[in-house]
Amino acid sequence: MGTENNIKSLVDCHIIPALLQGLLCPDLVFIEACLRCLRTVFISPVTPVQLLYTDPTVIPHLMSLLSRSQRTQEYTTQIFSHCCKTPEHQTVLFNHGAIQNIAPLLISPSYKVRMQALKCFSVLAYENTQVSMTLVNVLVDGERLSQVFVRMMQRDQPIDMQLTAAKCLTYMCRAGAIRTDESCIVLKTLPCLVRMCSKEHLLEERVEGAETLAYLMEPDVELQRIASTTDHLVAMLADYFKYPSSVSAITDIKRLDHDLKHAHELRQAAFKLYASLGSNDEDIRKKITETENMMDRIVSGLSESSIKVRLAAVRCLHSLSRSVQQLRTSFHDHAVWKPLMKLLQNAPDEILVMASSTLCNLLLEFSPSKEPILESGVIELLCSLTQSDSPALRVNGIWALMNMAFQADQKVKVEIVRCLGTEQLFRLLSDPDTNVLMKTLGLLRNLLSTRPHIDQIMSSHGKQIMQAVTLILEAEHSIEVKEQTLCILSNIADGNTAKDLIMTNDDMLQKIKYYMGHSNVKLQLAATFCVSNLIWNEEDGSQERQDKLKEMGFIDALHKLTQASDANLSDRAKTAMQQYLA
Amino acid sequence: MSAQTSGCGFLMSVVVHGDAALNEQEKELNQRLRRLYPAVNESETPLPRSWSPKDKFSYIGLSQNNLRVHYKGHGKTPKDAASVRATHPIPAACGVYYFEVKIISKGRDGYMGIGLSAQGVNMNRLPGWDKHSYGYHGDDGHSFCSSGTGQPYGPTFTTGDVIGCCVNLINNTCFYTKNGHSLGIAFTDLPPNLYPTVGLQTPGEVVDANFGQHPFVFDIEDYMREWRTKIQAQIDHFPIGEREGEWQSMIQKMVASYLVHHSYCATAEAFAKSTDQAVHEELASIKNRQKIQKLVLSGRMGEAIETTQQLYPNLLERNPDLLFMLKVRQFIEMVNGTDSEVRCLGGRSPKSQDSYPGSPRPFSSPSHKASSSQPYLTGYDSNCCNGVTSSKSHSSSPHSHKPCPPASGSTLLASDISLNGSRSQASLSSSDVDMEVDHFTNGLTQTSTNGFLNGSSKHTAEPDDCEADMEVESAHSKRQLCGGSQAAIERMIHFGRELQSMSEHLRRECGKNSTNKKMLKVTLTHNCTCVVMVCSYMYSLLQDAFSLLAYSDPWNSPVGYQLDAIQREPVCSTLNSAILETHNLPKQPPLAQAVGQAAQCLAIMARTGSGSCAFASVDDYLH
Repeated sequence: MGTENNIKSLVDCHIIPALLQGLLCPDLVFIEACLRCLRTVFISPVTPVQLLYTDPTVIPHLMSLLSRSQRTQEYTTQIFSHCCKTPEHQTVLFNHGAIQNIAPLLISPSYKVRMQALKCFSVLAYENTQVSMTLVNVLVDGERLSQVFVRMMQRDQPIDMQLTAAKCLTYMCRAGAIRTDESCIVLKTLPCLVRMCSKEHLLEERVEGAETLAYLMEPDVELQRIASTTDHLVAMLADYFKYPSSVSAITDIKRLDHDLKHAHELRQAAFKLYASLGSNDEDIRKKITETENMMDRIVSGLSESSIKVRLAAVRCLHSLSRSVQQLRTSFHDHAVWKPLMKLLQNAPDEILVMASSTLCNLLLEFSPSKEPILESGVIELLCSLTQSDSPALRVNGIWALMNMAFQADQKVKVEIVRCLGTEQLFRLLSDPDTNVLMKTLGLLRNLLSTRPHIDQIMSSHGKQIMQAVTLILEAEHSIEVKEQTLCILSNIADGNTAKDLIMTNDDMLQKIKYYMGHSNVKLQLAATFCVSNLIWNEEDGSQERQDKLKEMGFIDALHKLTQASDANLSDRAKTAMQQYLA
Repeated sequence: MSAQTSGCGFLMSVVVHGDAALNEQEKELNQRLRRLYPAVNESETPLPRSWSPKDKFSYIGLSQNNLRVHYKGHGKTPKDAASVRATHPIPAACGVYYFEVKIISKGRDGYMGIGLSAQGVNMNRLPGWDKHSYGYHGDDGHSFCSSGTGQPYGPTFTTGDVIGCCVNLINNTCFYTKNGHSLGIAFTDLPPNLYPTVGLQTPGEVVDANFGQHPFVFDIEDYMREWRTKIQAQIDHFPIGEREGEWQSMIQKMVASYLVHHSYCATAEAFAKSTDQAVHEELASIKNRQKIQKLVLSGRMGEAIETTQQLYPNLLERNPDLLFMLKVRQFIEMVNGTDSEVRCLGGRSPKSQDSYPGSPRPFSSPSHKASSSQPYLTGYDSNCCNGVTSSKSHSSSPHSHKPCPPASGSTLLASDISLNGSRSQASLSSSDVDMEVDHFTNGLTQTSTNGFLNGSSKHTAEPDDCEADMEVESAHSKRQLCGGSQAAIERMIHFGRELQSMSEHLRRECGKNSTNKKMLKVTLTHNCTCVVMVCSYMYSLLQDAFSLLAYSDPWNSPVGYQLDAIQREPVCSTLNSAILETHNLPKQPPLAQAVGQAAQCLAIMARTGSGSCAFASVDDYLH
């Protein structure tokens, strides 16, 4: 097989259409030669795979060649698996009967054919529900495909075959075609992938094994728990960071080269797997952080040159940052916020998403890292994130600000409002992404807490805020959004001077009354809170406010709510009624 | 196999309907152990099948066929810990050994330990606390490696969990499983001869063992497959390094000598020529041996004996035992109707028995043991006279050998013997057969059970087998004694008398020379090596042959296997070896010797604790 340059010049000379034309020849030997050549061309990274799909008659013809000979089977399936890169490619192949045509090859007497057919299925099933759902029902020689794959994972089979079969089952499982608690997944695929991570295998196999395993168990805490106790996996992964080893550096240049080439891949695969393992279970996270030098490795991973490693490291950090205990201890001890902040400067979007999401957790009130992060002037950065085109980045930006504002100093709150600007705040309140809206409301709610803060912010931005609240309450929104908005209103009603912004707004009062009679208890409760705050006895001018609301018929509404079946709600209503009786 | 189940007497006392279930369990256990540990010779190293009622601390109670363990002490302090060991240590020939323990109840505190310990380790302790003791504990999930302090190892375990313990006797490590998931290596550098062990420490703790009585939760067979592959790869990739050329010529020599030994003249000549080797025997000599072998293998014993006497005078005179053996075979061939002496008397020759295209089984080496359950591989194929390549086709042949199992000696079957015995007296005029059987007191089962006893017991105990036999045979043309000729029958009976007196003569000689000590290695029908007293062996041969006449249809009788053409092979190879010996040539080809040595080597490995012998069965290499 020639160099990339050779292949490139062949492609430029339109070798592909010529070879495809050759496939129409009646002579099998000639067809095989053409296919072999096509195979070599298509598996090269320099060949645009799209060339296979330009002529719509090519795929059906290739399918028909699958029955000709073991050679045509091997080459054709190999071409398919290298040229199936997008969901569209999957669909084209699927629609031309790839599954029915290739399935029988899984029990071919030729190892090469079996292997290429298997690889084909792994690329066809990847993130493809339609293919995966079809695959589970396919029978090969009376046997279910999942069982065929399970047999291919037997420990006396070649590693490549075990690994690829495990991939097929993983993809079928992730596409929803096989349940995670089925034995072919939990007792076969998972242990097989854990085995692939062990030291006795090639570095490439260990990388693929770890990545596939991370993908398999990402959404399932039970698989994460099982994997965390299987074959010392957590400790086994620590070895992924030991390349190139000091031994290889001295003794064997070739080995050093090989190690160096795979070192990044190994590290990022280990980070990914740790991230997946620790995404739900607190005990597993503890186990991971207690692994030798783990936090140091993450910290240095965050500043590696390879984007892949940085991304995986921050994913791992993110996963571990879900632990309150780790935030309080190891995260603070290793000052992970520093490299994280550095990572946030000029990083590509995918890294930014993970890093900012991690930052959200580091900014939680109980996190000891919150203070130093605040001091590092992060607000501007977060505000700029809220202007991103990516909804995920907008959410993370505003979310971090929300966490930051929780029980924060007046100074911080003012700085947030100043930096973000009311204009941006309102833009976010009309964001198409509900998540962004919710977090923005959350930010408002956190800003509007404790009386002096409420009054101060309302005195400077009261008009706009009341406008925004009105808009949201009038528009079509989910219960959660409306509840959050009513809570903001309650906070405003808790202020000394801010109250007046509501009391002088009859329209707003009518809205509150409306929500007191709403069918949803949560909204009724929030509205009642609001009224309760407005008519609270001990505050100046409470008598006038009580009178006004009485006039507007709030007493009846409250009275009705004292009869509510929801104990919380009726209690709240009774407390409010008592303000009138006192 | 059931001989060493100490719970046998215990079984009897169980209520009747439970009996069947227990027998069923026992059967399943035996089958599973056979399958998992085929290399283990249980007469030498029995496998653990239950907990030992003798090897336990007093706070341990056993029930349910000695598989359930419960704690019956006070359980106040660690001093109240108690353990029990299995009946036998784990044999190295397992290669990989595995057992499981199900936690029925964690009791008060769940201080349960599962593991291994050597004989003599204190039982008033949990496994792992002492030297040569290893355990995984449920309360903290720690592993204890001969130490009072544990190491963090796996998850905790409790009621409902199934904990497995796997000992790898190849690299001397151990790992545990929990509910079918491997937890990774717990111990390395394990000593040999460890016993499965469990320990309990607080009241209410109950655990059940599974030594193979039930399917395992963990897929141990898959793990074993991996190690079998590893060992076989090691063998395949064994470095021969610089000696590569030597290696090749050695293999060529072995092949050549094998061909010569079995007198495949043409092939041997061609092979020697193309590999540039010298043949150390004259072509004429090889051809002579080939001629004799062909005669034996086609059942023409009379001619074979005659030819031998012509070509190798004195050989048979000096070997009266061999001559006797040949003559016994001749007698059998007479019954068969294939021997030349009866054929020329006008009997129809049964075609199917006649055309035996002379090729001995490839490795009929006396020291090569093949398990009797294996299909009998031979080099017999009508299309190819060269035995080595064509062994497969034979197993489907209707002639395939039915090994005759040793009789169980049950009293129920004894009633048949007299019946058969009297019938045999009627048809056989020389009639002290029954008495001889009685005072035939050689202790070797192999020989003593091949007589009438064996025949009749097989008949009643295995009706299925017989039916199968009959179906097969009915496909043949109908066969008659001595080919159906009356003259031939008379000739045969006369020959039988001669044989009888020859045997008596031999026996007297035996007594005179007190040759009860004289040993002879003979290839038995089961293709295993057995050193027997010559006379007794010869005599039993005759008894077996005579017993053919006890049946109206000898071919379908329990002793009918003797008529099978395959039985000619040991005779043929013994004769061939004797001829070669007179020429100062090895009586065994080096190839067969190498195979025998490899098998012996594996047996020695098993005895000295090298677990890899489990996955290196010689049979696997003799396709």
